[in-house]
Amino acid sequence: MEFPEDVKYTREHEWVLVEENTATVGITDYAQDQLGEIVYVELPSVGDKVSKGDAFAVVESVKTVSDIYAPVSGTVVEVNEDLPDNPTLVNEDPYGDGWIVRIEMTDTTELDDLLTAEEYQAYIAEEEEAE
Amino acid sequence: MPEEPRRSPLHGAHRALGARFTRFAGWEMPLWYSSIREEHEAVRHRAGLFDVSHMGEIEIEGPAALELVLGVATNDARRLRDGRVQYSLLCSPQGGILDDVTVHRLSGERFFLCVNAANTERDFAWIRRHAPRDAEVRDASAEFVQLALQGPAATEILSSSVPLDLRSVGRFAFVEARILDMPVLLARTGYTGEDGWEIYLRAPGLGERLWAALLDAGRSWGLVPAGLGARDTLRIEAALPLYGHEIDESTTPWEAGLGRFVDLGHAFVGREALERQLREGVPRRLVGLEVRGNALARPGNEIFAGERAVGHVTSGTFSYSLGKPVALGYVRPEFAEAGRPLAIGIRGRRVAAEVVPLPFYRRR
Repeated sequence: MEFPEDVKYTREHEWVLVEENTATVGITDYAQDQLGEIVYVELPSVGDKVSKGDAFAVVESVKTVSDIYAPVSGTVVEVNEDLPDNPTLVNEDPYGDGWIVRIEMTDTTELDDLLTAEEYQAYIAEEEEAE
Repeated sequence: MPEEPRRSPLHGAHRALGARFTRFAGWEMPLWYSSIREEHEAVRHRAGLFDVSHMGEIEIEGPAALELVLGVATNDARRLRDGRVQYSLLCSPQGGILDDVTVHRLSGERFFLCVNAANTERDFAWIRRHAPRDAEVRDASAEFVQLALQGPAATEILSSSVPLDLRSVGRFAFVEARILDMPVLLARTGYTGEDGWEIYLRAPGLGERLWAALLDAGRSWGLVPAGLGARDTLRIEAALPLYGHEIDESTTPWEAGLGRFVDLGHAFVGREALERQLREGVPRRLVGLEVRGNALARPGNEIFAGERAVGHVTSGTFSYSLGKPVALGYVRPEFAEAGRPLAIGIRGRRVAAEVVPLPFYRRR
């Protein structure tokens, strides 16, 4: 399982890559593995305003449906147009071709709440322990 | 705190294969090993091996055994011969479905029923309550390991493990045999829409050995272990009902499209209510729906005709065989004919759907 060091993580199993004012968001390798094969991704529209914590996209596998929560507030400036036809990109390359949206951030201090790769792995281990 | 789940005697074997587990009917059972799609496709094209030890087994014995089966089950057990299996329903006095079961006739005085995990205890109590003096009812569930070997290669794989030509055994028939030295009952039944076998072994301690022997025997045919995820996608494609979804105590066999398993020519619990509903008409019918787009319908989603809510979804999935989402659900009878355009409310949106004939998938 991969946990790249150059992205930040949420407790809802999203990753966030920050480049200047833009945050690229996807779901983690751990999350895609838990979900199984993704059959559907429901994307927001470009231009949508989102607040941190909003459920703004949906990733669906045969067994479950998962909301994707905005890790930061801002405006959706790009969505991954390849996903509607190839939702399994999320399984195959969660940190690359399986990215979901790009958000132009309004408050970069929100990034302070995100986890590092190391913290996120510790968080997963705790969650699994609790099961 | 949730109750500790029950585990199959094969739990260790599943863990060793890297299974992802799920809770179902109080049990912790494998959801998938590799992926639902791979296991689904293996069963459709080659073969899959399922651990279904969560299912219950109820034995009925004695001079009045047949009388008891007839009295509680909708199908006509008098038509069963030794070594044959019959799909049947247990109904409440109101005609609601208490369970769907397979009835195996070992002899005129010995039957055993395979019942749903969630209903085993209730079925046992129900059957025992209706038992005449000369019929003994036993819940033997804890004594059995049950496996399902399903798929076009299933009969060849199983034949390679027993000194019998199983091709000559008909659908809904069973034989007793030995695999290695383990005594098994092999029933040509299943829950996937494919040819296949349900294998009953009354020796939980030997379960892992049987599991390993079958996986080994099937290796060259491409047999894979398969979990409850694929079991669900396969059974939905074949339009086989799941208790708690398509059928429960609030649904009758007529509504669920299971009328062919009801024989009104014998007395059984629920007959009067079912006769009445047959005269008066059903308030709803189970239909198959092809769903446009790629979002999956889920149990409880409302079904609409125009602006009007006319029913609800009971099961939905992605059909790997059709390459599109499908659903089962109940609608008012006037909306049940094939070709009828409807819509399903999925997460606040209306998704177009069309009533299609069942099953979605039929093996050639």
